[in-house]
Amino acid sequence: MRIRVKLFAVLRERAGTDHVVVDLPEPARPRDVCDLLLAKYPQLHGVIGSAAVAVNQSYATLDDMLAENDEVAFLPPVSGG
Amino acid sequence: MTEDLIQLQPDPIDVATLIATASDPQAGGIAVFLGVTRAEDNPAGRALIALDYEVYSGMAVRQMHDLAARTREQWPVLRLALVHRSGRVPVGTASVAIVVSTPHRAEAFAACQWLIDTLKSEVAIWKKEVWSDDTASWSKTPKT
Repeated sequence: MRIRVKLFAVLRERAGTDHVVVDLPEPARPRDVCDLLLAKYPQLHGVIGSAAVAVNQSYATLDDMLAENDEVAFLPPVSGG
Repeated sequence: MTEDLIQLQPDPIDVATLIATASDPQAGGIAVFLGVTRAEDNPAGRALIALDYEVYSGMAVRQMHDLAARTREQWPVLRLALVHRSGRVPVGTASVAIVVSTPHRAEAFAACQWLIDTLKSEVAIWKKEVWSDDTASWSKTPKT
């Protein structure tokens, strides 16, 4: 299944891109996306572990079920304001 | 009741316009909070010149609307404006503005405080510190 991934802040810088499209076998969860990202971008080790995950722009968990074409974002600790 | 004014913008914040937007004949108090880039030095002795804000715009705007709704559940808000900048914000300049009008001042202060505290802990926005030697570092501790 096709999943759209978005990366922000230190994750975006380490990966060298702010988005990537991945293809995963069903059923897929954000945890699987994280594993695939770590394989593709080993430089995310040590930073993606402290990131929150959002699915379709709402906070989610690593174990939520994903659907085709979902947008999965990994969010380092926020620091707005 | 008019809609809340919620936005992310790269441009400087026009506070007078926000206050006008939040004014209401029933209001006894209008609280205004500005979060401003504070001057400081890093351990290497370099001066902070600006903060670069990165936003997950779709999610952040949804979250800001959700914050407005949660504020209205807690206080009798008449009008509310919540604006955050994206991109570079120089020292001394506002990165976030919150304006809340309520019938009585205590509610306006409380709502304003809750909004900035919750925005800082939840909304998908990140700040990067830009130093005078052209180095930059992601902010590790929430600061305004």
